[in-house]
Amino acid sequence: MELRPILTTLRRHKTASALIVLEIALSCAIICNAMFLISQRIDHLNRVSGLAENELVRVQLTGIGKDDNDVALTATDLAALRALPGVRDATVTNEVPFVNSSWNSSVNMSKDQQQPTLSSTVYMADDHFINSFGLKLVAGRNFGADELIDWKTFNAPNAKVAIPSVIITRSMADKLFPGQQAVGKSFYSWGDDPMRVVGVVEHLVRPSEQGGDVGHEYSMILPLRTPYTVGGNYVIRVTDPARRDEVLKAAIDTLKRNGPSRIILADNTMTFEALRAKYTQQDRSMVWLLVAVCIALLVVTALGIVGLASFWVQQRTKQIGVRRALGATRGQILRYFQTENFLLATLGIVLGMMLAYGINQLLMGKYELPRLPALYLPVGAVALWLLGQLSVLGPARRAAAVPPAVATRSV
Amino acid sequence: MFAYYFDLALRSFRRNKALTALMVLAIALGIGASMTTLTVFHVLSGDPIPNKSRQLFVAQLDPASKDGYIPGEEPADQMTRFDAETLLRQHRGVHQAMMTGGSAGIEPQQAGMDPFYADARYTSADFFQMFDAPFQYGNGWSGREDDKHERVAVIASDLNKKLFGGGNSVGKALRVNGHDFRIVGVLAPWRPTPKFYDMYNDRFGELEQVFVPFSTSRDLEMDRSGSMDCWDDHRDNDDPEGEAGVNAPCTWIQYWVELDTPAQVSAYHQYLVNYSDQQRASGRFERPTNVRLRDVMTWLDVNKIVPGDVRLQLWLAFGFLAVCLLNTVGLLLAKFLRRSSEIGVRRALGASRRAIFAQCLVEAGTIGLVGGVLGLGLALLGLWAVRQQPNSYNALAHLDVTMLLTTFLIAIVASLLAGLLPAWRACQVAPAIQLKSQ
Repeated sequence: MELRPILTTLRRHKTASALIVLEIALSCAIICNAMFLISQRIDHLNRVSGLAENELVRVQLTGIGKDDNDVALTATDLAALRALPGVRDATVTNEVPFVNSSWNSSVNMSKDQQQPTLSSTVYMADDHFINSFGLKLVAGRNFGADELIDWKTFNAPNAKVAIPSVIITRSMADKLFPGQQAVGKSFYSWGDDPMRVVGVVEHLVRPSEQGGDVGHEYSMILPLRTPYTVGGNYVIRVTDPARRDEVLKAAIDTLKRNGPSRIILADNTMTFEALRAKYTQQDRSMVWLLVAVCIALLVVTALGIVGLASFWVQQRTKQIGVRRALGATRGQILRYFQTENFLLATLGIVLGMMLAYGINQLLMGKYELPRLPALYLPVGAVALWLLGQLSVLGPARRAAAVPPAVATRSV
Repeated sequence: MFAYYFDLALRSFRRNKALTALMVLAIALGIGASMTTLTVFHVLSGDPIPNKSRQLFVAQLDPASKDGYIPGEEPADQMTRFDAETLLRQHRGVHQAMMTGGSAGIEPQQAGMDPFYADARYTSADFFQMFDAPFQYGNGWSGREDDKHERVAVIASDLNKKLFGGGNSVGKALRVNGHDFRIVGVLAPWRPTPKFYDMYNDRFGELEQVFVPFSTSRDLEMDRSGSMDCWDDHRDNDDPEGEAGVNAPCTWIQYWVELDTPAQVSAYHQYLVNYSDQQRASGRFERPTNVRLRDVMTWLDVNKIVPGDVRLQLWLAFGFLAVCLLNTVGLLLAKFLRRSSEIGVRRALGASRRAIFAQCLVEAGTIGLVGGVLGLGLALLGLWAVRQQPNSYNALAHLDVTMLLTTFLIAIVASLLAGLLPAWRACQVAPAIQLKSQ
């Protein structure tokens, strides 16, 4: 296949060629970045939470005004919930993952440290917390019932209660004590006394987007037994995921009966799967939007190539007729146009890659994205080559169908 | 002349239906996508209080301890209760208010209505005047009620409709958290977009339903909502209010001040600096003086009010529009050059280059107009889809007159720009060559 004639022809139709090249370049750049964003969001959506999500339901409630009896009421609540049929375990805590509010505390390795080592979220738990959430202990042990401290005692003015033990996540253990056994070591967070790590769980994600990609699992569990007035989150684990709705309803009825002057926050009371779906709605919309834009871009680019190629074929009808008269086969005419398109697409893709990296640099600066991995470039390139070839097929076939007799006509 | 060009354009469309349809579709898609995202951006970045946004300022101090101090960092974005109450007492601004978010457990007196929770705001009296809160019945309370910790409340129109059927409920009782409050005012429907006065309580959400004096909320230990940042252990003192106490080392209160002239602004800034210096001299502040006094739009900017996703979508849509326009340029080029022989005839008959150029531009503009109309339809569809999303700000995505005009402006300008190159190439056609029998 002689490239020289193709290049000469293209040089004479500089404008149209430039347009095709630019269009492919811009499409390539946008599509590469869009696909990268899609994969980032999907990674984000598929993050491991550490919870047994399909077995959990959450009820959030609140009292009206102060409740001086909240500690006792919470205890009876939990007893009633744990006794419900279909319930494996239940706990009360100050915060849950997949919501926008969180308790966070800075963590220091030494008492007088000026800059904190990291910021971690604080889950206040009783001894049923780990079993209720379905967390997996990979080192150490759970809290014993004698280690638990009442929140009211701890939070009272001038109380000097030290929290003796804490359970942290593996991510946090790796950051605080890299390469070492975390169980048995201590750090400082709440109060003036050190807390000793007694257990490490494999995963426990933080609420909200605290911590970004690096710190999204910096969580610690403190043995503080909270009454329902602190956060009001009852988390119930069921034995059979198919009975979740039934158990949720029963739980709401039980809690209402147990403490009649309380309000169940219906917007926040649902299964954990629903909670996570609601929380990640934004990411999912973005993924769909990006997919739609990619498809639309490909369609628009394809149509553009079809339009311009048709025009070219029409312009060069006499030229094609002459070539056919001189003995060129249909296949040769077809291949001519395909090669021409391939060359333009190559040029467009090269330009597009550079533009893609440029756009990625901009996004990195403004939206905290990592660098575009090299994998996307060949994928984008192949996609656009294929697109170009498919688009030019129709007009090229029409060109190949030009009969040689056209060459001898004078109009 | 224009009518003639327009007529030529229409004839040309009829001759090349497929090509025209392709161009119009491409422009419509690009415009639809761009206008949807631009409208959302426009709604989210708008001025919530246009006639006063340059006179309302948020005051920021840096009261935290030396631990965790990084020089050059921004000061805290909220205030401690001690500082807020002190500044309020000294009232150096034209108006000033301290406030925070909260929640109120409402027990309706009507039979058959269950108790429910409503978002509340605990604020001092000047809030309503400063932020031009529109009242349907009654009005806000004054400093006297603040000082006497009276149980008065202003409710929003939605709550008024729910509890009292929308009638004049001034003077009636409202049972909040087990205590009886007297309603002194009912707000007309009001939705500042965004709720600029508190960056931590659903920025684009609906208005709070209950407003009570801050002092009263502390007496009754009402639950607060928002962000609280403590740098030290509040348990070191005897205060039964704990972290919400006056001397607690926690920032959780928003402080707004109204200043009318630039002289007042600089005077108040100096006052904040002096106050910080005093606090440091007395040992309460540990960090170097670091104050800010920002007006509404600057405050929104610093807090990055437009979510990153919306910005990203805007850029994506404009990139898509660029590709659609390149497409249009190519297709217009094809369209005009196909008619080279017709152009040749017209030139031979005496049409100037400028006339050909103008006619081509008119054709491009017409395509832009049609594409704009279709794009408007697509944008309305897109905005409808956006409104179906459960996010709090998506409900606000409506096309207003400005955006409507912008749609057509962008469509026509873009298509004219797209038509420049093809039109120029078309008017370069040499008549002689075209008139030959080829």
